[in-house]
Amino acid sequence: MTGSTDETILRLIMTVAGANLELHALAAGYDGAWVLDGVELSIPPGRLVGVIGPNGSGKSTLLRAILGLVPSRRGSVTLDGVPIERERRRVAYVPQRELVDWSFPISAAQVVMMGRYPRIGPVRGPAAIDRGAVTVALDRVGMAHLGDRQIGALSGGQQQRVFLARALVQEASVLLLDEPMTGVDRGTEEAITALMRELRDGGATVLHATHDLEGAADVSDLLCFVNGGIVAFGTPDATFTPETLHATFGGELMIMDAGDHAHVHGGGHHAHPREH
Amino acid sequence: MGWLTDPLALELFQRALLEAVLMGATCGAIGAYVVLRRLAFIGDALSHAVFPGVVLAYVTGFPIFAGAMIAGSLTSVAIAIVSRGQRIREDTAIGIFFAGAFALGIVLISTQSGYQRDLSAFLVGDLLGVGWGQIAASAVAGAIVIGVLVALRKELLLASFDRVYAQALGYPVFGLELLLLLLLTATIVVSLSAVGIILVLAMLVTPAATARLLVDRFTPMMILGAGLGALCGVVGWYVSYHLAWSPGGAIVLTATLAFVLAFVLSPSHGLLAHRLRRHPQHGALRPAIDPPAGHRHGEEGEPVVASLRRRHPPGR
Repeated sequence: MTGSTDETILRLIMTVAGANLELHALAAGYDGAWVLDGVELSIPPGRLVGVIGPNGSGKSTLLRAILGLVPSRRGSVTLDGVPIERERRRVAYVPQRELVDWSFPISAAQVVMMGRYPRIGPVRGPAAIDRGAVTVALDRVGMAHLGDRQIGALSGGQQQRVFLARALVQEASVLLLDEPMTGVDRGTEEAITALMRELRDGGATVLHATHDLEGAADVSDLLCFVNGGIVAFGTPDATFTPETLHATFGGELMIMDAGDHAHVHGGGHHAHPREH
Repeated sequence: MGWLTDPLALELFQRALLEAVLMGATCGAIGAYVVLRRLAFIGDALSHAVFPGVVLAYVTGFPIFAGAMIAGSLTSVAIAIVSRGQRIREDTAIGIFFAGAFALGIVLISTQSGYQRDLSAFLVGDLLGVGWGQIAASAVAGAIVIGVLVALRKELLLASFDRVYAQALGYPVFGLELLLLLLLTATIVVSLSAVGIILVLAMLVTPAATARLLVDRFTPMMILGAGLGALCGVVGWYVSYHLAWSPGGAIVLTATLAFVLAFVLSPSHGLLAHRLRRHPQHGALRPAIDPPAGHRHGEEGEPVVASLRRRHPPGR
């Protein structure tokens, strides 16, 4: 494949038709108990949204509810007015890494190819454009040299990059990243941030759940504070206030220095092993 | 070479050979999923659960395949209903119903005259008694199983590797899992005349596990598993013919031997290779099969659905 073809494919997968994501009267939970309730959100295309809240506040549940992956759900989620159930392929999801069977005998490139499956359809095998997209996406996340490696033989950061590449080849309008920075090295963290920004600039809506309050405030266009519902939603300047932080984190939060941006430690995540 | 070619002149030998190959290839192919999705316990349960259906069909002249499918489905539904509550876990429910179904089969067959011979044919296979009609049925069922596995290879692979992502993309994950169980039931029925209810588990697990030790990619694993299964059928049948051993037993022992050889000698995952690799100068070649610490999911021998649940806990 020539360099110019690669560039064309890269532009293709990094530029998407933006879409308005609307959540209306959304409630979501498990076994009848709502983890989230009364969610109203309207996110215009081309925004990078940080979803923050303490453990068990419903960050992951919010992302999963958008996809309809929770057992109980009420209300509606639409993409440009169309119910999300009919637009699932326009939404790319990067789950927490614990949920995958790492001993599975497949290569990194094969995992990335899974993002193309809906486009390829059943029975048929991948076409040249699909292989090209996988090559380019692996290259974009700095994993071109490890495409043949068995997925379990990669480091945590490398695995996360593979998952991001899988989301890239999907050419999705909305990307939902569930704690993409958890358990990855510094370099991967920076690579993920750069990639999220680039996707946003290409027209995609990017939601990322995170524990890192300050990091989220620095990189995101909009912040969504979650604790059993939406506590606050808006630009970092408008929402990153002691009041919002207290309402979201309650006593778990320590405000070290209330300045221009409050200097804070999100409570809980040091004490608890991990959040589902 | 007479020992190799002479028996081929016998029609009885040909029929058994064909049936053994069909059984081995089908089991070895679907075995890739049985091994990777930890379906061994479910496979064992299904093979026992189809027993009463097979016996009833055999006694009444009903198609055996239909009888097996109905019995397998009914047992699966019973397991699903009972394990829905908190008090009875799924593996317990499986234990209760597969043993119960098996007992029902034994009781049904004991009402027939000369049941000891029939019983042993069901339990450990009866390769010598295979007719052309049975071979044709096995060929069709085997072709359907392998055809579906090939046609839906991407979807089945995705749902097996990353269930949550498959759901997020809108794939009918539950339907795919159900399909896999149906294919498994069909494979078991195909295998009954060659290795019987008790030994079929070995053919579902052993060739695929052997293949896993030799290759690190899914499709090669499935192809190699099917090839090994067929090869074990051929070798086992020859051994059984010449030494007058039980055919089912000889085939399974061949598969077991192949596994032990691979376990010791596999260039990538074998014991010997691991031993050699411990030396520092081989440090770069770390075994690819072992995931980093803390990434292992489910315990060995854990029932599949339980481990699936564990792997995909509800998020918060």
